[in-house]
Amino acid sequence: MEKGTLRVKTGFAEMFKGGVIMDVTTPEQAKIAEEAGAVAVMALERVPADIRAQGGVARMSDPKVIKEIMAAVSIPVMAKVRIGHLAEAMILEALGVDFIDESEVLTPADEEHHIDKWAFKVPFVNGARDLGEALRRIAEGSAMIRTKGEAGTGNVVEAVRHARNVMKAIRRIQGMRADELMAEAKNLQAPYELVRYVHEHGRLPVVNFAAGGVATPADAALMMHLGMDGVFVGSGIFKSGDPARRARAIVRAVTHYNDPEILAEVSEDLGEPMVGINLDELSEEERMAKRGW
Amino acid sequence: MSEAKNVGVLALQGDFREHKQMLERVGARVREVRLPKHLEGLGGLVVPGGESTTIGKLAAEFGLDAAVREAYEAGTLAIWGTCAGAIWMAREIMDYRQPHLGIMDIAVRRNAFGRQVDSFEVDLEIEDLDGPFRAVFIRAPEIVRVGDGVRVRARYQGRVVFAEQDRLWAMAFHPELTGDDRLHREFLERFVAS
Repeated sequence: MEKGTLRVKTGFAEMFKGGVIMDVTTPEQAKIAEEAGAVAVMALERVPADIRAQGGVARMSDPKVIKEIMAAVSIPVMAKVRIGHLAEAMILEALGVDFIDESEVLTPADEEHHIDKWAFKVPFVNGARDLGEALRRIAEGSAMIRTKGEAGTGNVVEAVRHARNVMKAIRRIQGMRADELMAEAKNLQAPYELVRYVHEHGRLPVVNFAAGGVATPADAALMMHLGMDGVFVGSGIFKSGDPARRARAIVRAVTHYNDPEILAEVSEDLGEPMVGINLDELSEEERMAKRGW
Repeated sequence: MSEAKNVGVLALQGDFREHKQMLERVGARVREVRLPKHLEGLGGLVVPGGESTTIGKLAAEFGLDAAVREAYEAGTLAIWGTCAGAIWMAREIMDYRQPHLGIMDIAVRRNAFGRQVDSFEVDLEIEDLDGPFRAVFIRAPEIVRVGDGVRVRARYQGRVVFAEQDRLWAMAFHPELTGDDRLHREFLERFVAS
């Protein structure tokens, strides 16, 4: 009997497919998410929109908050650590968290190195803006990839950009000759074996979700159409007028993303969405997606 | 050569793509099922792993549980649930209240082997299957009670992880994640008529 194998980690991520993972800050919110049909919750002290508004250093949440949320729901619970902060990751693993997000939404602890994720039994998810970044994280042991998007903005444009970057590069590599793959690996700054995997299979070796700016059922459906396996919703739900209703609608939109009638029905009368931020109003320093490499 | 058999994979949420690939590999014609109308003409339905609360809610809302039950009772549909799928099929779910199909005379306990850090893989002996089967258990349920007429096909550490009743299969692990297609082949050969 073996625990924490690659297959157990990546296989768990496969179970999230076609599902929605929601940011929650309290046990009550976690219950609303579960009731709406979320496949997992991300336990946080503050959602990205508040992290953005309040500034300062954003760190791993208080274990007490995470434990209360774990006790409140039967679905899997994820939590975030700072990029490169292996001690925060050790703490979350000890708590029994089901998945760790090594996240650019928090202030990075290391500007050069990410965590060696092979050293952990608990699986990790990482953000990526392009294929090279995704493959580097997978090489470090990440069991799941998500677009970085631009968290806490309610603006889907960066998530779309990152999803298209990744999918376009996959299609390009699929069409290459075998003797072109090494040069491509060099260009992407990614391991040759993983580039070869993409060439042979036409996809990443792990599940690929959308994140960072999804605010409406239509946003979620859009990301599914771009080839994402599922959706993270951060501030978009609990910063909106009617979280329970919106959460439910986004779950249905992801399952039935290809059924316009159902999409129209679930999009109706959802109350106020979160207030969005236009990306050109953000300075370079305010962009979270730039964190990590 | 005979016509390919028609099998559906419940595609509301979860790893339905893996089941689809395995079934196609053993020669089935596979359809993704999201609404009751997609069940028409199917001889079998595979309910994948995923989040059982999510699958149960979505199935109930769109009328799939009633439609699946009807097709099974009409004698045309065999059903196979893996992990979350097995939970959906069980008559009784311990400790939790959630929408489910409840078609099979078993009781299950969710997350019976612990959280994700306790998920594991192991070589499993299955009755009437030659040689061990690599079984992947992910936040797996346990079948804690089986009714009369339910046959236990596999146990792990004495706990039931694979049960068969009529043309129904419930298993706690994920054969779709291993590349070993023996169970997909058996399901098709024994239960799916057309």
